[in-house]
Amino acid sequence: MFAYLCCKQRARPTPADIMRKVRTAYLDNGLKVLIKELHTAPLVSVWCWYRVGSGDELPGHTGVSHWVEHMNFKGTVNIPRDEMKGIVEKFGGTWNGYTWIDQTTYLETAGKDALDTLLFIEAERMANGLYEPAECESERTVIISELHGSENDPDQLLETEVTASAFRAHPYRHPTIGWIDDLRSMTRDDLYGYYRRHYVPSNATLVVVGDVDADDVLRRAGKHFGSIAPGAPVARARAAEPRQVGERRVTIEREGTTAYLKFAWHAPSATDADFFPMLVLDAGLTGAKGLNIWSSFRGALPQRKARLYDALVERGLASAVAGSMIPTREPFLYHVSLTAMDGVSLPALEEAADAEIARVRTGGLTDAEVERAKRQLRARLVFENDSVTNVAHQIGYFETIVGPDYLDAVAERVRGVTTAQVADVAARRLANDARTVGWFKPAERRA
Amino acid sequence: MTAGVAGGLAPVRRVLSNGAVVLAQETAFSPALTISLGFRAGSLYEPADRAGLAWFSGRVIDRGTAARSAGAIADGLDDRGVALRVSTNRHLMTLSCTCLSEDFADVLDVLADVVRAAAFPPAEIEKRRAEMISVIRQDEDNPGIRAALALQTLLYGDAHPYGRPAKGRVETVERFTREDLLAHHAARFAPSTLTAVVAGDVPAGEAVARIEAAFEGWRASPSGERDVPPVPRAAATRIAIDMPDKPQADIAYGFTSIGRLDPAYHAHWMMNTILGQFGIGGRLAENIRERQGMAYYVYSAFDPSVGPGPLVIRAGVEPDNVERALAAIDAEVAALGRDGATTREVEETRQYLIGSIPRMLENNASIAVFLQTAEFFGLGLDYDRRLPGLLQAVTLEDVNAAAASVLDPARACSVVAGPVSARGDR
Repeated sequence: MFAYLCCKQRARPTPADIMRKVRTAYLDNGLKVLIKELHTAPLVSVWCWYRVGSGDELPGHTGVSHWVEHMNFKGTVNIPRDEMKGIVEKFGGTWNGYTWIDQTTYLETAGKDALDTLLFIEAERMANGLYEPAECESERTVIISELHGSENDPDQLLETEVTASAFRAHPYRHPTIGWIDDLRSMTRDDLYGYYRRHYVPSNATLVVVGDVDADDVLRRAGKHFGSIAPGAPVARARAAEPRQVGERRVTIEREGTTAYLKFAWHAPSATDADFFPMLVLDAGLTGAKGLNIWSSFRGALPQRKARLYDALVERGLASAVAGSMIPTREPFLYHVSLTAMDGVSLPALEEAADAEIARVRTGGLTDAEVERAKRQLRARLVFENDSVTNVAHQIGYFETIVGPDYLDAVAERVRGVTTAQVADVAARRLANDARTVGWFKPAERRA
Repeated sequence: MTAGVAGGLAPVRRVLSNGAVVLAQETAFSPALTISLGFRAGSLYEPADRAGLAWFSGRVIDRGTAARSAGAIADGLDDRGVALRVSTNRHLMTLSCTCLSEDFADVLDVLADVVRAAAFPPAEIEKRRAEMISVIRQDEDNPGIRAALALQTLLYGDAHPYGRPAKGRVETVERFTREDLLAHHAARFAPSTLTAVVAGDVPAGEAVARIEAAFEGWRASPSGERDVPPVPRAAATRIAIDMPDKPQADIAYGFTSIGRLDPAYHAHWMMNTILGQFGIGGRLAENIRERQGMAYYVYSAFDPSVGPGPLVIRAGVEPDNVERALAAIDAEVAALGRDGATTREVEETRQYLIGSIPRMLENNASIAVFLQTAEFFGLGLDYDRRLPGLLQAVTLEDVNAAAASVLDPARACSVVAGPVSARGDR
């Protein structure tokens, strides 16, 4: 039998349990190590998190965090590029990495026998990246292809423009993948310098979850990471975003078949007292997602009783509605995205959406809606922690953006949200003069 | 091989007196479970002039029953954080969701009502029709989807059920009537076409008993099974779909391949992994992404079914690189087809696929998918435990024979969708 199927211990972790029994340790060089034993499958998930993301980039160097992430799959001193391929697969494993506004992370999930190899890979990635010039050039065009591929999607294009318009000063305004001119002009030295500054033990967290022994993990982490120099502390100084004082609008007109409408309001950071009321408000407006950006924002959502679904999809004005309230280190955006039903004009859709948003701004959600939203979130917080990979993500994500002791209080904080708090954030945070509105207006095909 | 694989899944299987098959697998990872109700009601069973009917039926099926309004169904699911997912492929329509263990009985009650007594209310049909048309129009603006659909038609032809677009076309969706939906439901939703899978935090015996209680009294007879027509051998064709405002071109390139029950299946699986899956995307990605820096994504996908499924290569490239990318795909296809794989590639791939079995079964939803597939193709309750042996038995010669039987650029069909006119060479 697989250990995770025949196991007699019935662990059934609930969201409040995720951070419990997490072993926290520091290596002498400052590397923080978080280990959770979960003996439900013969698997281990290793994630190495860095406190650097596109929000840390300077003008002219947008996209550098993400490009560095790509380069960190291109070989190290002790793992030549050709050997990168196959090293995780040997253990039946999968690997990946991602970069966003606050963080860069690398992961492998594989058979538990892979543990030592996975720690070796992550230590190599931290200390010994090669950044060969030809590889940097080759990756430049791969990333430009990634950018252009995303721009094939009008919804994605609109999101980039709306986000850029919503911020004046804060670096969250530029897309994580970077602006095209920066991608064309950055050099190998820009990449390597950035890598060396940020990829140091004191700026990282190693997370290991799975069918492991915590003492053994710690011993092996010391073996692989222990000799890496601590590195200088990295400050995360970012410009504060001034209060928005008037509505901003952006319209993209391009060949297409479908109209898209987006609203963006300035959102509270994960640690702001408004965060959980906003999370409940979003669940009431567009259906609960959860808090795991690795697993919870794809697929079907429980949204048929949600305000905006009912007002716009059920009434034939939109074919889809989505909300995005994501925990971030500093105030990001609350996005509401609508896809117009075929034949429905953007002004008609915006007017109907406006009316619903005005209604929630003045009256909040009902007690019943708030209770439903909280029940949905309670369930989603369980669903999104259904594997060693997802649990490891959540531990590392919250450690990186807000520090320890956040995740174990999440369920309780959702439970504590009141109808009055939801009404309050709706009234204060969904103002028309503090929003950015985006239209993607499909143009007829050019002759 | 990862420790523990010698064990494996141990689902309980029960055939109810009305023919419905129940599979239950207990797990203990979290206080949740996945329910998956699979019916042999996919697009194969829709009339040839009603392309998209099965898919459309999946969008309306949960919008009202004889006893429950759409709102009451939404209450029963949404209130518990449950989102019902209906997926429709060529053979199966599967309704699945994940819920808290404590909600199992209530959620199953709603699902059983939905599949047994779907009413397809006229007002709901109209709402979902407008949505469906919007979705198809959205797809028409997506180069990746345009390329994939056009390739499917090139490979199978318009007349073959595998060649029809799953979502249909605007003109077919506009014509669907309530009678069409009721007829599809009556023909294909019956106990004998159902496989119900429960995977999660509930004792298997209890899961089976609850499914039995929900479906035992159901009596309905489906229409006869339908065979997959022979697949005509596609003539090698290359076409371009011009979408001048798009920044990037999407390529879909492929062949018809084998059926899932072909004895050479595991050799083909390994061959496809070598071609376009291993690591970042097999030989294809090694060439096109890693060596030439031309594409963010390039891979091959192998989708065998009851009939011969497609083997499709996908890539997104800058418009100026389309010809170079197609040449690279041709070269990799020719090399693997002609010269075969290396011993090292075969061994690495074997080790990878065997080692990945625990990951394939990592959560309740993936276990449910695995068990639905095993039941549909009759692979046996012990398939996950036999799989390592089946992969061990594949030889280099088997892999090379699989490659030689499919991979020949001279018989490939391909589609490029994107700003092709901007390149001035098409």
